Amino acid sequence: MKEIRIHGRGGQGSVTAAELLAVAAFEDGKYSQAFPAFGVERRGAPIMAFTRISEQPIRLRSQIYEPDYVIVQDATLIETVDVASGAKPDGKILINTEFSPDTFDLDTEAEVITIDATRIALDIIGRPIVNTILLGAFAGATGEIKVESIQNAVAQRFPGKVGEKNSQAVLEAYHRMEARQ
Amino acid sequence: MSGKMTVVEGSYAVAHSVKVCRPNVISAYPITPQTHIVEDLSQFMADGKIPNCEYINVESEFSALSALVGASAAGARTYSSTSSQGLELMHEVLFNASGMRLPIVMTVVNRAVSAPISIWNDHQDSISQRDTGWIQLYAENIQEMSDMTAQSFKIAEDKDVMLPAMVCMDGFILSHVFEPVILLEQELTDEFLPTYDPEHVLDTRNPLSFGTFADPSAYTEFRYLQQKGMDVALGKIEKAAEDFKTIFGRYFGGLIEPYMAEDAEILLMAMGSVVGTIKDVIDKARSQGIKVGLIKVRTFRPFPVEVIRSAVSDAAIVVTLDKNISVGLNEGALFTEVKSCLYNSDINVPVMGFMLGHGGRDIPMSTIQMIIDKAAQAIKSGIKVESEYADLRGELL
Repeated sequence: MKEIRIHGRGGQGSVTAAELLAVAAFEDGKYSQAFPAFGVERRGAPIMAFTRISEQPIRLRSQIYEPDYVIVQDATLIETVDVASGAKPDGKILINTEFSPDTFDLDTEAEVITIDATRIALDIIGRPIVNTILLGAFAGATGEIKVESIQNAVAQRFPGKVGEKNSQAVLEAYHRMEARQ
Repeated sequence: MSGKMTVVEGSYAVAHSVKVCRPNVISAYPITPQTHIVEDLSQFMADGKIPNCEYINVESEFSALSALVGASAAGARTYSSTSSQGLELMHEVLFNASGMRLPIVMTVVNRAVSAPISIWNDHQDSISQRDTGWIQLYAENIQEMSDMTAQSFKIAEDKDVMLPAMVCMDGFILSHVFEPVILLEQELTDEFLPTYDPEHVLDTRNPLSFGTFADPSAYTEFRYLQQKGMDVALGKIEKAAEDFKTIFGRYFGGLIEPYMAEDAEILLMAMGSVVGTIKDVIDKARSQGIKVGLIKVRTFRPFPVEVIRSAVSDAAIVVTLDKNISVGLNEGALFTEVKSCLYNSDINVPVMGFMLGHGGRDIPMSTIQMIIDKAAQAIKSGIKVESEYADLRGELL
């Protein structure tokens, strides 16, 4: 089983990202589970959402304490939230930022990867909404999920032009991560 | 196995199940503490997807259930959904529904009660209503919840039962989770669930009264007969699960579901979504040679006394896990009930109670592991503390 923890701020679509990841993983033929760290939603407040992906049906209902992967939608969270908490030593932490990984002094053995998803979002979508883009980056950086499955999940959720642009941005982020390796 | 899996939110899956059960009247109060269930149902209504149904938007949960009491007495298949304070506000009407033998089905999305204000999950809301004469079923996951919803209509509406039913699912943990589920197919549901055909209805051509005056010469017998309905429900709950299996190919147990229980020395007992986490911990403990098992209690009312007696008789210790407390007794309800059904029986198994997960406190695998460790210790050296919190934060006291 792979466990993914998404850190974001209220309004950035972290819960939607967790859900789309679960839909995409299921399309890949795996079992999946997505849920938020339930809070009283406030725009801008730090929030978490979780996704589990497994070959077997998933029974576990606790929050995720030792994630294989962490996605950070907003790098300013790192000042107040321990985003690396419990991350597996062979895991990956994917941060949306214009800066390079060595800018961040995280207390972790997990690999820190950065991508300027906000730039991609502004260039392709025209708005700084990065949740779907980070899923494309996740697919490229981890190989856990097919990028086509992410694109399909995004297209189902956002039909029409919005979905098309998001899908294009997902692919761009995916290719950048692939090129990195 | 029938059907195709799809990833949906728990609340949506329940709303879908209600839809294919062809309700005639849905009534709900749409403000906090409410869930997406009634939101999805009102969308189905607006889209014309629930034929021959009326959706009544009311101004309180008290009114929601009151509207259903009238509708059910008039012969309608009725449904509502609520949580925490909403359920507590229904308290008075809950007794009317059961006393009038009206088979109303209601999803209770379990949430803590105020004060202090909490929106998160525990079982205090529904457990506080255990003596209202409603059937109470608890689900482990979305598929079970989805299936149990259809089963509950069949159980409640059985001519020999005629009691309202609460189908309980953990707030947020199940109501807001996305996971793969087979949504109930309309044709199969029609095959499983017959049209509601009550023997007695409000009808101007054949006037009857429901819930009228019963003086001391007759009141006791009404209560006695409610209990008789509950006794019959025990068998009907098992039969509904079996019938469901025949048609849909899925089965989650009847009154209880044992897991690794046969040779278990430590036998855990719990209700709701925590059961899934417990199963994962048991698999781990078993791989280390610890003989631990689980009895998932699906049916809390009627309480399956005989079934539980025989399920626990060979264990060295029984350990209950409760997301509720009777303040003043310092016990969770399952603990109290299990002890009660073993007393005066010829089964002499010690019982330990743990309370946990109150007000939405997360239950990690480590908490369950700690409970198993304490139970193993108790087998060796006796029970030191009969009932306690498993996840109390001493530093806050």
